[in-house]
Amino acid sequence: MIDFISEPWQFEFMQRALLAASFAALVCSVVGVFVVLRGMAFMGDAVAHSSLAGMSVAYFFGGSVFWGAFAWAVPASLAITFISRRANLRLDTAIGIIFASGFAVGIILMSQVSNYTADLFGLLFGNVLGVSWGEVALIGLVAGGVVITIAALYKELLFTAYDATMSAASGIPVRFMQYLLPLLVGITTVASLKAVGIVLVLALLVTPAATAALLARRLPGIMAYSVLTGLIATVAGLYLSFHADLPAGPSIVVVATGLFLAAMLFSPSKGVVWNLWRSSPLPIDNSI
Amino acid sequence: MSTDIKEKKQTKPALAVRNLWAGYNGKPVLEAVNFQVDRGDMVGVIGPNGSGKSTLIKTILGLIKPMRGEISVLGSEGGSERHLVGYTPQTELVDWDFPVTVADVALMGRYSRRGLFRWTTKEDREAADDALEMVKMFDLRDRLIGELSGGQRRRVLLARAMAHKPELLLLDEPMAGLDATAQHQLLDLLDDLRSKGATVVLSTHDLSCVSQRCDKAACLNRRLIAFGKPSEILNEQVLGDTFGTHLLMVHLDGQAYAYQHHTHPDGSPSDFQAEG
Repeated sequence: MIDFISEPWQFEFMQRALLAASFAALVCSVVGVFVVLRGMAFMGDAVAHSSLAGMSVAYFFGGSVFWGAFAWAVPASLAITFISRRANLRLDTAIGIIFASGFAVGIILMSQVSNYTADLFGLLFGNVLGVSWGEVALIGLVAGGVVITIAALYKELLFTAYDATMSAASGIPVRFMQYLLPLLVGITTVASLKAVGIVLVLALLVTPAATAALLARRLPGIMAYSVLTGLIATVAGLYLSFHADLPAGPSIVVVATGLFLAAMLFSPSKGVVWNLWRSSPLPIDNSI
Repeated sequence: MSTDIKEKKQTKPALAVRNLWAGYNGKPVLEAVNFQVDRGDMVGVIGPNGSGKSTLIKTILGLIKPMRGEISVLGSEGGSERHLVGYTPQTELVDWDFPVTVADVALMGRYSRRGLFRWTTKEDREAADDALEMVKMFDLRDRLIGELSGGQRRRVLLARAMAHKPELLLLDEPMAGLDATAQHQLLDLLDDLRSKGATVVLSTHDLSCVSQRCDKAACLNRRLIAFGKPSEILNEQVLGDTFGTHLLMVHLDGQAYAYQHHTHPDGSPSDFQAEG
């Protein structure tokens, strides 16, 4: 039993993976709460997918894939916000354009590389077990920056997310906040790409926050539970990956999904099971 | 602040709107609106849907830039007194599923006084609690806003507007969706605030509320049709110009009642429906 618990961490690659994935889960869980509340899930997904263009450019010319993704994600997330605000397009339309175009450019570039599929696979699904100490530090730095920004602007982000009109009337720079949040989402996805890859980053962004929303009532509680869920999923997912010899990113996502299902069924206040149990649930009357 | 300056400030009107043109995307909704609100008054802005009531309130708040004309709020024109303005939006515009409590929402009213990178203080929390006490929502302070009734939602928004102790309150459709009892409780509360020196401007569809409880009425239909004491200006001519011709006035016990005439799509007249 002791071996089961301690064995994975005797390997340095597992220690690096644990740190990198935990940083990613932490920042995703915090940002994810706003993503879930504002219905921005596919915005994060789009930034991740379109970042393939930046990653492949960097890859193609032998640069850092991380900074390639970063350099692409920042303008992409700002562009999504700008297009939807200025061109009078719905947000999902703006997302569709950015999502597909960046991904297409990325695939074209990657197809020019000799071992095309193997490398593409790494970018799409992440390779946290192959992360270097330098990358761990980078992920930690970016994650820390995002979390500190959110802590500093917590009440402005909360107020703007809840009621943009009123916060503008209170003198809060609402437009800045409306660009900042997508930007933070974009940066967060980049920080998480190494851990879970382009395709699965959405799960890390949404699942812990959605789980937490079933367990807590107020925003601070939801954030705490979201971080807890994200970290448990990371650690448990890495155990699963190590002992069952499964890919790490998908293992983390599967555990997170399991936690979400458990919360959905057994949450003390909102669990489906308890609601079936209670003979006549009284719905809240909003009509008065 | 010395008494001298204070007195000078107090003599200025709470709100002065001069030749205001405002709207969206270059198209004016409000045209050449002029009026002035004295301190301590309650002004009811009435008009049909699309008449510019919300546009007027948002322009006073500084959310919409006037195309022409000027607005002076509490004696200043540059928006420097904006922190002394309280505002409640229409309840439909608020996300009631958001995971915040009654106390959280009231505390948001204090955010404008804190500035960036600052956390709320004990003083803020006490002011928010005072505001909740005033609207009789203190006992429900730990409720999620999604669990409130319509009247309670209205009062929470009012508490948020009052938490920073505003001198001018702008209320967009505060009566909408409230029953008669809740409306009168709200109006009593506003009277209470006015006795403490606040000025209130509210928009409403409810003519009887304006005629019975407001000091001044502003009849708006993109232009300001009339402005003045309700007993003096709420006549058939003004209401006809404000609401269009489909309005029938009935005089009963010295009160004027307006009935809105709804027309079926095929053009045949339907029953008359009481409007106020």
